Amino acid sequence: MPRTIRDVVFVDGVRTPFGKAGPKGIYHETRADDLVVKAIRELLRRNPDLDPAKIDEVAIAATTQIGDQGLTLGRTAGILAGLPQSVPGYSIDRMCAGALTAVTATAGSIAFGAYDVVIAGGVEHMGRHPMGESVDPNPRLVSEKLVDESALFMGMTAENLHDRYPSITKQRADEYAVRSQEKAAKAYANGKIQQDLVPVSVRRTNAEAGETGWGLVTADEPMRPGTTLESLAGLKTPFRAHGRVTAGNAAGLNDGATASLLASEETARELGLPVKMRLVSYAFAGVEPEVMGYGPIPATEKALAKAGLSIDDIGLFEINEAFAVQVLAFLEHYGIADDDQRVNQYGGAIAYGHPLASSGVRLMTQLARQFEEQPEVRYGLTTMCVGFGMGATVVWENPNFDGGNK
Amino acid sequence: MSTTTTELLKGAAELFPGEVVTQAHVRHLDLPGGAGRFALITLDNGFDHTKPTTIGPQSLANLNAAIDQVEKEAAEGSITGVGVTGKPFIFAVGADLKGVELLKEHKDALAIGKGGHDVFRRLSGLAVPTFAYYNGAAMGGGVEIGLHCSYRTVSKALPAFSLPEVFLGLVPGWGGCVLLPNLIGADRAVSVIIENSLNQNRQLKGKQVFELGIADAIFEGADFLEQSLIWTASVLKGEIAIERPEVDRGDAWDQAVARGKAVADSKVHGAAPAAYRALEIIAAAKDGDLGAGFDAEDQALADLIMGGELRSGIYSFNLVQKRAKRPAGAPDKALARPVTKVGVVGAGLMASQLALLFLRRLEVPVVLTDIDQDRVDKGVGYVQAEIDKLLGKGRINQDKANRLKALVSGVLDKAEGFSDADFIIEAVFEEIGVKQQVFAEVEAVAPAHAILATNTSSLSVTEMASKLKNPERVVGFHFFNPVAILPLLEIVRGEQTDDASLATAFGVARKLKKTAVLVKDAPAFVVNRILTRFMGEIQNIIDEGTPVATAEKAIEPLGLPMSPLVLLELVGPAIGLHVSETLNRAFPERFTVSQNLAAVVKAGKRGFYVYDSGKPELDPEVAALLEQGDTVLTEDQVRDRVLDAVAQEIGLMLDEGVVAEPQDIDLCLITGAGWPFHLGGITPYLDREGVSERVNGKPFLTQGVASVPA
Repeated sequence: MPRTIRDVVFVDGVRTPFGKAGPKGIYHETRADDLVVKAIRELLRRNPDLDPAKIDEVAIAATTQIGDQGLTLGRTAGILAGLPQSVPGYSIDRMCAGALTAVTATAGSIAFGAYDVVIAGGVEHMGRHPMGESVDPNPRLVSEKLVDESALFMGMTAENLHDRYPSITKQRADEYAVRSQEKAAKAYANGKIQQDLVPVSVRRTNAEAGETGWGLVTADEPMRPGTTLESLAGLKTPFRAHGRVTAGNAAGLNDGATASLLASEETARELGLPVKMRLVSYAFAGVEPEVMGYGPIPATEKALAKAGLSIDDIGLFEINEAFAVQVLAFLEHYGIADDDQRVNQYGGAIAYGHPLASSGVRLMTQLARQFEEQPEVRYGLTTMCVGFGMGATVVWENPNFDGGNK
Repeated sequence: MSTTTTELLKGAAELFPGEVVTQAHVRHLDLPGGAGRFALITLDNGFDHTKPTTIGPQSLANLNAAIDQVEKEAAEGSITGVGVTGKPFIFAVGADLKGVELLKEHKDALAIGKGGHDVFRRLSGLAVPTFAYYNGAAMGGGVEIGLHCSYRTVSKALPAFSLPEVFLGLVPGWGGCVLLPNLIGADRAVSVIIENSLNQNRQLKGKQVFELGIADAIFEGADFLEQSLIWTASVLKGEIAIERPEVDRGDAWDQAVARGKAVADSKVHGAAPAAYRALEIIAAAKDGDLGAGFDAEDQALADLIMGGELRSGIYSFNLVQKRAKRPAGAPDKALARPVTKVGVVGAGLMASQLALLFLRRLEVPVVLTDIDQDRVDKGVGYVQAEIDKLLGKGRINQDKANRLKALVSGVLDKAEGFSDADFIIEAVFEEIGVKQQVFAEVEAVAPAHAILATNTSSLSVTEMASKLKNPERVVGFHFFNPVAILPLLEIVRGEQTDDASLATAFGVARKLKKTAVLVKDAPAFVVNRILTRFMGEIQNIIDEGTPVATAEKAIEPLGLPMSPLVLLELVGPAIGLHVSETLNRAFPERFTVSQNLAAVVKAGKRGFYVYDSGKPELDPEVAALLEQGDTVLTEDQVRDRVLDAVAQEIGLMLDEGVVAEPQDIDLCLITGAGWPFHLGGITPYLDREGVSERVNGKPFLTQGVASVPA
């Protein structure tokens, strides 16, 4: 049977505001699956021309797939969101790159012709499901030295990455973090972020956490506008004595969910759906688990090679800021300045937070907004590091590209 | 300004130390789209949805304090609006009835009414618009909180919404009677306040709440509160204009009240005051004078709270809600054996109805047997046709219909049908010899553990079991017609019935969703014995010379669902006669067999009335059959004599230990005979009318159980 590979487009993306994990966090009494449901419903509301029965798949990622993040979340969230029973769903796990993998896995299936329209997203409620909950690592991993013991502790892998790039000092990492907060605050002030947030009602019964009763979350909780180098300088380095990684130059522990709508380009045109980005290529790569923050570099190499592009062709970068050092390592590798204006224009996870498996779609949603604003840019990429030594990169084309002639 | 309210509520709270207190949490949020700072009040009693939020005096005080706070903020201009919502699945289900039961003084009852009004009214007096978000179950006072707000939204997932006060014997007295007709018009308000209440407290769903115009917007359950708040923001910014249809204050209003009165008459026949009080207030609310209306509500509430009908209503409510779920005297549930297959002896109409009920509720194989193949086929055919009807109405889907049809079968050979049955019920001819024979045949082929149940209405269960090898497994399982509708199931313990068999019977009853009451093996058990004594006394009075019309009219003030002779028609005069004969044999000094009734039966009449004119009129052919004496009683005399007889019979039944307590008698009469809530079944009424005292020298119930406490 003859086949034609089809172009895949990013139609729309939304997310819940992100919260701080823990008993005082805004989502402490909110279920993870409910967060996904609110995001899916917002996608459907924003795209009323899409008949929900036309959705072929719901792929939802979560790292810790138990409790309210278990039970084949893609399927249950679809039912809870009111999608027709005929719409199937499944769950995905690639830790931090969960939502990104939900996008690439379903995009591959769209290109192959298995699907026309899908929902892909992710959630992580790190308050209800702390990192490492119920894990049971095989003892051979350590006894046979398959991985270094530090591989399971992301902060330690970030310290290891500093070792690999001695030129990336704590000072540079802190400077980067301050800029991330500044850019995020500016993006908020300019209304860049709020347009893709779905308000979430939250209940609180614990008076120690604040006013009790029902409330409404309309903004990201983790942001710290006004962060200064001085305020970061004194923070502890919990992963290594006299180390470089602090709570200030890394993403926090967060709760949140994202969802995106993807389609074959022809389906999107046919249904009158917006085309915000066109998928060019994607790649995943493995590295030593103890320097997992290095992962975006080989992943990007692979993705660019598949696309026949070079790093110079990329006009906008959305790099997940799990750690400042991991972004800086990427930039250093490619010879890009720490404050290059193409990189993370709206700030990143250091400001917004990083609810592990949800973050990939946040990067895409933000890149899509930047594409709209900057038609002179043709290509952009979203990339992130992944636990246990991986990197993930997706290259996107701007459908608004005007040929570079302003 | 709320000092007096505070004091009022403080006093009321002291009278009700056991209140489950609802908190009114105030939380602030930023509305989307820059619509400003908003204060959201959450009503929450701190328990999960299995203990719904109720409103007692301390709860009102908490809401009052919350309103103090938001009132100040509204006046300062620091908030743009105020919302009220509930904990998950529950908005608020109204006044705490336990607190109402404790009230002894008219002034305290008045304080509760006024306290509610004083607090709720403040919501409409704030300097900013107010919003109610009906997120879940809302009843009574819960509904009324929302009615005092400027705007309302409702969740499509809301399962139950009602103003049930009239059903219990109250009026919606925290604003409902006045505000609802002024919001949605008198006719719709009458449907909610009167008609739904008197139709077994029928509930509205979210969609209906919206369609009736009670809510201004409706949103799906999945993100109800988010969408309500986004909508609120649009309303506050003036982006959405709320248009409500003009209320018709002309003739339509009066017609609605008249319609409400007709509904009340058809249901309670003037016997219970609540519906009429509510209608008076609705009628007066036509002029839109809220203050005068609220005062009238306060008065009505206080009067009704101090009246017997409400106390009976709450007593009845507790019987069917609580006692019905924990049958008095039932053995430990753990003793019950599993029932995985059911046998039905007989394939007649009653047997087929039972087969259908067991099939639908237990979803296990059900086997019918009878004496010839035609009857068996007819019985199975009936069940299958009923399943098809359910399928046609969309009550079950095709898979379920297939499943149920595959589970029902019929055989001639009892050995083939019953060899692995766990529960076998007989519904054959009402004759002791026949039933003994049937049970002997069943015992010969059924497993040793199988329960043998009888649907007898008047025969002795003990006698029926007496010739069996294992009489301990025989129980009476007496249903009431129509089986699918009347909830009561009298479970009869024979002298030798053991606990395990009885526990199994109660377990089955629970799965059948029936109200099971444990009854001693006494002639005609509970409902039939009381009804037969009641009807027999009326028949005696007629036979002695009182005109039929007078006898019937004398009973009307009780507000029974139907007149005695209409009931006789429903039961069938032949069956009525048969039961009276049975009871006459058992208690000849109190139960007579009416020769007039015998003549009516002999003439093949199905009742005393003809309906040619559309109304019941004495059938001339029946009139010709009646031979009456010359003792003519007045209506009052008739009623006294009948009630005396009923009181005497119940007294004797309790002495005999037919049931554990008067509460079981009342539960039986409510659920098996449809006797009304406002009578409390019957013993509260007999007590408050002084009949119990006159006949038995003492009331049935301790004061306070179904009456104002001492």
